[in-house]
Amino acid sequence: MQFFLEVLLGGLLTGIMYSMVALGFVLIYKASGVFNFAQGAMVFFAALTAVGLHDLGLSLWLAIPLTMLVMIVLAMAIEKIVLRPLVNQPEITLFMVTIGLTFFIEGLAQAIWGASVRKLEMGIDDVPLEYLLDTLGIAISQFDLVAAGIAFVLVAGLAMFFSKTKVGRALRAVADDHQAALSIGIPLQQIWVIVWGVAGFVALVAGLLWGARNGVQFALTFVALKALPVLILGGFTSVPGAIVGGLIIGASEKIAEVYLGPYVGGGIEGWFPYVLALLFLLARPEGLFGEKIIRRI
Amino acid sequence: MAQRQSGDVILDLQKISLHFGGVKALTDISFDVREHEIRAIIGPNGAGKSSMLNVINGVYHPQEGTIVFRGKPRHEMDTYQAAKAGIARTFQNIALFKGMSVLDNIMTGRNLKIRSNFLLDAIYWGPAQREEIEHRRKVEEIIDFLEIQHIRKTPVGRLPYGFQKRVELGRALAAEPSILLLDEPMAGMNVEEKQDMCRFILDVNDQFGTTIVLIEHDMGVVMDISDRVVVLDYGKKIGDGTPDEIRNNQDVINAYLGVAH
Amino acid sequence: MFYREAGQFKATYAEDNQIFPIRQDRIGITLILLLAFLVIPLSASPYIFSAILIPFLIFSLAALGLNILTGYAGQLSLGTAAFMAVGAFASYNFMLRLEGIPVLLAFALSGCCAAAVGIVFGLPSLRIRGFYLAASTLATQFFIVWCLTKIGWFTNYSSSGVITAQQIVIFGYAFDTPAAKYLFVLSVVSIMALLAKNMVRSNTGRSWMAIRDMDMAAEVIGFRPMRTKLLAFAVSSFYCGVAGALYAYAYLGTVEPEGFSLEMSFRILFMVIIGGIGSILGSFLGSAFIVLLPTLLNVLFHFLETELHVELPSGISSSVELMVFGALIIFFLIVEPHGLARLWQIGKEKLRLWPFPH
Repeated sequence: MQFFLEVLLGGLLTGIMYSMVALGFVLIYKASGVFNFAQGAMVFFAALTAVGLHDLGLSLWLAIPLTMLVMIVLAMAIEKIVLRPLVNQPEITLFMVTIGLTFFIEGLAQAIWGASVRKLEMGIDDVPLEYLLDTLGIAISQFDLVAAGIAFVLVAGLAMFFSKTKVGRALRAVADDHQAALSIGIPLQQIWVIVWGVAGFVALVAGLLWGARNGVQFALTFVALKALPVLILGGFTSVPGAIVGGLIIGASEKIAEVYLGPYVGGGIEGWFPYVLALLFLLARPEGLFGEKIIRRI
Repeated sequence: MAQRQSGDVILDLQKISLHFGGVKALTDISFDVREHEIRAIIGPNGAGKSSMLNVINGVYHPQEGTIVFRGKPRHEMDTYQAAKAGIARTFQNIALFKGMSVLDNIMTGRNLKIRSNFLLDAIYWGPAQREEIEHRRKVEEIIDFLEIQHIRKTPVGRLPYGFQKRVELGRALAAEPSILLLDEPMAGMNVEEKQDMCRFILDVNDQFGTTIVLIEHDMGVVMDISDRVVVLDYGKKIGDGTPDEIRNNQDVINAYLGVAH
Repeated sequence: MFYREAGQFKATYAEDNQIFPIRQDRIGITLILLLAFLVIPLSASPYIFSAILIPFLIFSLAALGLNILTGYAGQLSLGTAAFMAVGAFASYNFMLRLEGIPVLLAFALSGCCAAAVGIVFGLPSLRIRGFYLAASTLATQFFIVWCLTKIGWFTNYSSSGVITAQQIVIFGYAFDTPAAKYLFVLSVVSIMALLAKNMVRSNTGRSWMAIRDMDMAAEVIGFRPMRTKLLAFAVSSFYCGVAGALYAYAYLGTVEPEGFSLEMSFRILFMVIIGGIGSILGSFLGSAFIVLLPTLLNVLFHFLETELHVELPSGISSSVELMVFGALIIFFLIVEPHGLARLWQIGKEKLRLWPFPH
């Protein structure tokens, strides 16, 4: 039982990381109707830039804001070069364009910082929390708990931002209909820069947390791909969906790996989330929290 | 205008009710369509006219009611059955295949008559080609009929609105339907285009004997060309009869002009 | 001047329905085929065959497969490489386990295996569309590669997971030189391209495009979405499966499941986007472009280093390659969403009028 709890909690905490990446997808999808495949690449790019700057001798407290600045510049460039010419294009075109963007950003990151694995020290040890180990006998990493706390703050902040501010309202209007939003005077371009910037920020946080755990390397982009099944479960437009979906995916893949893996040769973590999501889609195409789509003709 | 020869009831809708969640689109509607007639459905916006057509050809499934088509009662149609049974339609917002040429669009209308399969298609020379040519001949007749010979190879996305509407009619005609459902065939057209479209509709009805169910907002057109008219308002039927009867129906006048409560 | 169709009249529908209705095009394609089947085998070097022409043709076939699914039937897939893997490993097992099976039959059967897998993984397309579907095709990619890695039977319990493809022998003739392999691949690809063209210009193709352009209307006029979509998945996967078998047998010789990576799937998708979505010709153009690009970049970097003495950090060429791929995709989707095939068509239209501007 203790072992099961450990696996479950470990999975849930990994799931929080997936949620963080998924959150970036949801933000952009909500605000611009773009399914941003490049979110994973942005996570990689942000983490690599922060670590790269840190390795050049900057303190982490300077490197992180500087990276944020870079992410904003990136958001502006994406808006100007990629999104603006594609206003009102079919969603699938926008999706494919972000696949191109993915390759570009990944290439750019490695062209600047090189392709080697970099270590990131955040000053939080990845060791089991002694208190829990002593009282309950469950090993839960201190680092994971901190990560979970940061994720919680981030989500709460974003939820506030979306529902309470004027910009948030404009974002939702834009998500509904580009042209209609333009026609009532919402500055579409500005909104996009803001939302891609915010997504860049989320990517940075996610990248730092992942990077501190596993090292900053190209494999980060594959981890980020796991956000896709998370989104399928949670629905593309739902922030709570991204969180719950992430937790489900994280927990289920760990449990599957530990209890099912040995019978089939292991390594099922790699595909389990996708197959789970696929089966889920067959039963409920709009996700857990997504709105039901009524097709009209 | 001269009264056309109307035959037996071909389609009989009995007590159809349709709702989406809590929204009632159609409530307890009954009417019939006779062979060879032009049957109009009119009503203010949101009256449920398009929903009615969608029920007839199986896009929507009504929660209650019976659809009797050629004497066979069913609870609901499915799109494939409806197409197979000879119900073709056009859409309110043009639903052509934008990436294909006029010719290909109209050829798609013949699909139920094509027996070839993908393997024969892949080999092409032989049965598939023979069939292609046979159906092409029929499609060319429709192209001649609709006077769109000069644009047959143009992608439909590039055509002006009036022509697109015509191509859509052509696609429906290609199936040689026994009932043709037309959802606002003249919306957004100028007078000449409307006249052309009226001519085509009357000719289809005359020459091929096709039964036509039509939704239209232009009262002049409706009163001119239709044999009988159904009036819907808020998903309920408020009138049914010949154009003259409808013209003098107090409920219809109220619905259209408003009434002081 | 030379490219005029004036005076060429079509008297029958059969003539009007030809693949190349314009005489100059027919002459052109004949010349290209003559060149490909006769001149090149006699003149090209082994390096050209194995490093450029063979991969070009094989990827053209895979791109053609994906184009059928994505370009014609409108279903985006990110799992192309997985279907190629199925083809490669299926033909390996057919050849291994069925004594004396003809190579071509093994390839066809492996295509059928891929088609069957394609149908299974195409089932979600009946309920979901767009990028939901794209995301779920990732399941295909990861699951199939994992299966091939973990289930030893597929690789004949090879410890490293690597299989070595048997020799291609037809009627006692072994296709073992690069030139022979090239001719083999060329024949297969040409025939399959012709079959694909036939499909897309007849009712099958119209059903796919109808579903792609307006699925509701397609349903109303009697196309059955399920049958049409699954057929597209099956045919597409068949093409990818055969491409995978050729990839193993005529190109690399030894393959492992991990070789059929997500990256390869993307690369094939790029060929389709750059070459032209919904165009048979585009599949070839896109494949040529993507296969040649790294070679050209390498030449460029080599030139920079040796001639201009620019110090380049190691590994830069692969990063730049990624950037160039990405930038090209963005560029094409913005500027010419129908890709090189459309540019070619525009070029031909200009040529008809040349030397006059209108």
